[in-house]
Amino acid sequence: MSSKVIHALYDDDDVLLKAVKEVKAAHHHIEEIYTPFPVHGLDKAMGLEPTRLGITAFMYGLTGLGFAVWFLNFIMIQDWPQNIGGKPSFSFAENMPAFVPVMFEMTVFFAAHLMVITFYMRSKIWPFREAENPDPRTTDDHFLMEVAVEGDEDKIASLLKGTGAVEINVKEKH
Amino acid sequence: MYTFSSRLKTTAIAFMIIGALGIAYGFITAPSTIEELKEQMLHAEDGHGAATATHSTVAEGHDTDAGHANKEHTKEALHTTNGDAHGSEEAHGVSEAEHMQHSLDQAKNRPWAAIYIAMLFFLLLSVCAFVYYCIQRASTAGWSPVLFRVMEGVSAYIVPGSIIVLVFLIASSAGHANHMFAWMYTSVDPTAANYDYAMETKGWWLNIPFWLIRAVIYVLIWIGFQHFIIKNSRLQDEASDLKPYKRNFTLSVVFLVVFLVTELFMAFDWLMAIDHHWFSQLYSFYVFASMFVSGITVITFVTIYLRAKGFLPNVNDYHIHDLGKYMFAFSIFWTYLFFAQFMLQWYANIPEETAYFYPRLIGNYQPLFIGMIVMNFAFPILVLMNSDYKKVPWFVVIAGLVILAGHYLDLFLLVSPGTVGNNWHFGLPEIGGILFFAGLFIYVVFNALTKAPLHPKGNPLIKESEIFHH
Repeated sequence: MSSKVIHALYDDDDVLLKAVKEVKAAHHHIEEIYTPFPVHGLDKAMGLEPTRLGITAFMYGLTGLGFAVWFLNFIMIQDWPQNIGGKPSFSFAENMPAFVPVMFEMTVFFAAHLMVITFYMRSKIWPFREAENPDPRTTDDHFLMEVAVEGDEDKIASLLKGTGAVEINVKEKH
Repeated sequence: MYTFSSRLKTTAIAFMIIGALGIAYGFITAPSTIEELKEQMLHAEDGHGAATATHSTVAEGHDTDAGHANKEHTKEALHTTNGDAHGSEEAHGVSEAEHMQHSLDQAKNRPWAAIYIAMLFFLLLSVCAFVYYCIQRASTAGWSPVLFRVMEGVSAYIVPGSIIVLVFLIASSAGHANHMFAWMYTSVDPTAANYDYAMETKGWWLNIPFWLIRAVIYVLIWIGFQHFIIKNSRLQDEASDLKPYKRNFTLSVVFLVVFLVTELFMAFDWLMAIDHHWFSQLYSFYVFASMFVSGITVITFVTIYLRAKGFLPNVNDYHIHDLGKYMFAFSIFWTYLFFAQFMLQWYANIPEETAYFYPRLIGNYQPLFIGMIVMNFAFPILVLMNSDYKKVPWFVVIAGLVILAGHYLDLFLLVSPGTVGNNWHFGLPEIGGILFFAGLFIYVVFNALTKAPLHPKGNPLIKESEIFHH
């Protein structure tokens, strides 16, 4: 089933934000917005749910910390005990301060990398994937709002025109 | 305009009276002769029995917490001769009489240390709150102008607070009221009984006249900038142009530079000189981080209190959220500096460096040391991580109370091992010190808040601050 969408292009992020609020107020469904840079407050105006990426970052960080503790305990205490600054060996707790930098770095490493990978997977971005971007100008200086057409097409178009859109295109969506 | 509610005023005065009683109790019960000290030790030994019997030469006074004391004995047994944080060389081969004299000095120091910790805590957090305020001005931050009058109020304590500290420093040095600063009782004459090798190179800096002159300079600089910046802030309310605002920008930038220099030497003089054989270049920034997060926490407390009373209608949850973020961020900043200082010295294991960490990490202060790290790092990082929680005032208050207690403990650990020594207590003199200065702080700060409208309407960024949201 194919459905029609309207692509409204804007050339200013403040105008776009105001337009989003007006379109939402008129109870039209905004499918997607393409912007050249993150627009502050846009997610809230669109009514998107807050991201859960932070929660995953916390869990990945804990994983990294746990891994580092196990890893250091194995290599420095169990498998090949090492003399750390003349401190009593064979004890993780008493040598722990020497391991803190590694534990910290591993926490950051795990959190950062796994979070980026999660973000790619969640956004369905992987190598050789074709860009979904409907208009290349949205990577430069234009903002594009994609609104689903339900009911009177002209009415929505005039509403969008009224919100300050610089260009309006009606497209078939597959 | 804010009016100082009579209930809060009564609370502040009650704190001061109860605190003064606690302080007085500390001074009255401090032993004045060796006989009295022995009497107190004997008394304490009755309290925890056989554990001390093997251990008669080390002054023990843990009459409150026997389990805690027993744990210390096992550690002290490994370390009977080095029960002294003033320096390792005097710990070797000390006679019984010298040891008793030293223990007496430490016991006499206790009420002084108790008030010194509390008075420095409130003074430094007030100075750091002012630094925070100047950072807002220097960076022309748009979110915070609605909180400016709160920050100005908190910084009002700089004036009385620094005068009290100056009096204390004069009494400790010129007045010989206590033995908190051991370097004052040393000599550079190699034949003298109190000869101290370190003072041969440090004497040009650590001598009483220069030390006091420096203290006066630091304090005058802080008070001066505080006075002029706040004066300009008040002038801007009625001004027709932005002259006072621009002047304040310049003053704030200059103050931040001057403050970091004065704070650098202040921490060396007032705190690090207590353990004058030990040194750490990071120390001042460590103290600053500790007091900075305390200052921000107090700003948050006063903001939440005034908002709950309806005096700050323009402060919304996002302002509290941002203050919470600063509490979170600077708790981690503190941990970073703390660990950077600790880890290098712990790892290198050089005796003159580890002498400082010995009583704290392994000696009698261990529970406080570990507890402090939990309170100042683990607790804030876990509790203040979630962004929704930082918008809940009571939640921020609970986190803030733990942070404040943790940083008081931090200061306690900077001062006590070098002054009170192994026989630390946390009792009436310490609680009295906190209550007295907390009462004085509340009185001065809330009194200062009544002096100007809480809404700085002349600030050019006030509109941005009012509509601030994420």
